Formats: sequence, C-alpha cells, structure tokens
Amino acid sequence: MVPLSLYLVLSAILFACGVAGFLIKRNIITVFMSIELMLNGVNLSFVAFAAHWQQLSGQVFVFFVMVVAAAESAVGLAIIIAVFRTRETLNVDQVNLLKL
Amino acid sequence: MFHLIVFSIFGAICVAGAVNLLVQRHPINSALSLVVVMGSLAVEFLLLGAEFVAAIQVIVYAGAIMVLFVFVIMLLNAGEEEHTRGSKVAYLLGIPGLLAGTIIVCWVLLQRSDVGRTSIGALPGPPAAIAQLLFHQFLLPFEVTSILVLIAIMGAVVLAARPQSVQESKKED
Repeated sequence: MVPLSLYLVLSAILFACGVAGFLIKRNIITVFMSIELMLNGVNLSFVAFAAHWQQLSGQVFVFFVMVVAAAESAVGLAIIIAVFRTRETLNVDQVNLLKL
Repeated sequence: MFHLIVFSIFGAICVAGAVNLLVQRHPINSALSLVVVMGSLAVEFLLLGAEFVAAIQVIVYAGAIMVLFVFVIMLLNAGEEEHTRGSKVAYLLGIPGLLAGTIIVCWVLLQRSDVGRTSIGALPGPPAAIAQLLFHQFLLPFEVTSILVLIAIMGAVVLAARPQSVQESKKED
C-alpha cells in the first residue's frame, strides 16, 4: 500500500524539474524536452487520482494529453527546424524575433 | 511492502533521470535521460493498474515522440549549449523560488498522507474499458483530437518544408 500523496509528490518533483529546465536551459530543443517532462508529471497525477477516485475517465484524459503532446511536438520541432534554417543557431537568447 | 519498494525504486530512477536532463549539457544526453524518465513512469502507471496508459506511454512517448526529438537533434547537429547572461538570472532567482515552492507542496502533501492509500493495480484500465469510454462518453473530444492531429500534420509539413525562394535557387543550379 502506497499513499496517494507519494505519487503526487513524485509528480510535483517531475513538474518542478520541467519548470527548472525550461528556465535554465538555453538550447531550444532541451527547453522543448522540459515541456514534455512537465506533461509527464501531470499525467502521473491524473492516473494517481483516477485510481484514488476509481474513475476511468482520468486514464482517458491521459490519452488526450498524449495526443496533444504528440501534435505539439510535431509542430514544435518543425518550428525549430524553420528557426534553425534562418538563424543558424539553437540558442534561445539569440532567437528574439518571430519574423523569419 | 512490495508495492512501496517497486514504487521507490522506479520513482528514484524517474527523479534521477529528470535531474540528469537538467545537468547534461549535450541535448542528446538530455533526450536519452528523458527516455529513462518515460520508461520508469510507465512502470509507475502499471503499478496503479493503468495498463493501456503504460503501453501508450512506451509506444507513443518513448517510441514516437523521443525518436522525433533524437532525429531533429541529429538533423540539426546540435552541439553543447553555451551559457549566456540571461541564464544567470534564472539560476539566481528561478531555482531557489522553484525549490521553495516544490518543498512547500511536497510538505503539504506528505502532511496528508493518510487520506488515501492505493494498492497494486488499484484501478485496472484494460484497452476494452478505455475504448468503451472513449467511443461513448468521450466521442466528441476524440473526434476533435483527430482534427487537431490532422492540423498538426499539415502544420509540420508546411513549417518544415524548404522556403519557396530556396527551392527556386536550387532549381537554377
């Protein structure tokens, strides 16, 4: 028997690591991976609460989060490729214009 | 007891992978540690009984999305990141604040650790039960996500395609 709060603590730590990576990382791809880490932390709390309340819809929500994450990463990585093609850099500090 | 041991082992691997993602300078190392995080999270999902979610975590996240990441890292030949002035502010202000916030949240959660206890496989989520929900109660959101994925495919193709001017100059060569 594991308390529900341990799952939530693990989820909070993963989310915090994602936010920290988003703040301190300078490589645009690593920043993007930090977002995926945050989504994963949220998924864990969804599944933990689904088990706690005995509601399967929590697991269906995880499915939707994963679909959105897949769509987001496909579009995001395409944007990264477009940015790299015009700027020749992956450093977020040097990407300060939306204009291509 | 067995549940707690397996949870602790894979939770520790999970946190270690997440911290390794922050520490590593080269994006390919970060990507591989993210795969470790996703794999051990799949085990945590299995412990809660969510077998379908664990399967798509491995197939979609660790399989498809991370392959896309590694592919882009290799395509762009991304090297080690350099540190610039902007990141110093994040180190000095962001990290202590974030640590304080996380510790407070964890402390509050652990104060209430007697609220609910989950056993192994607390809520079995076999694909049949998930599909029953997905195609009845959540049919409209499911269809909306299919449109979202379609738009994402078109957006990715349009964004990653070479600009028209580059294509024309290639043709002239």
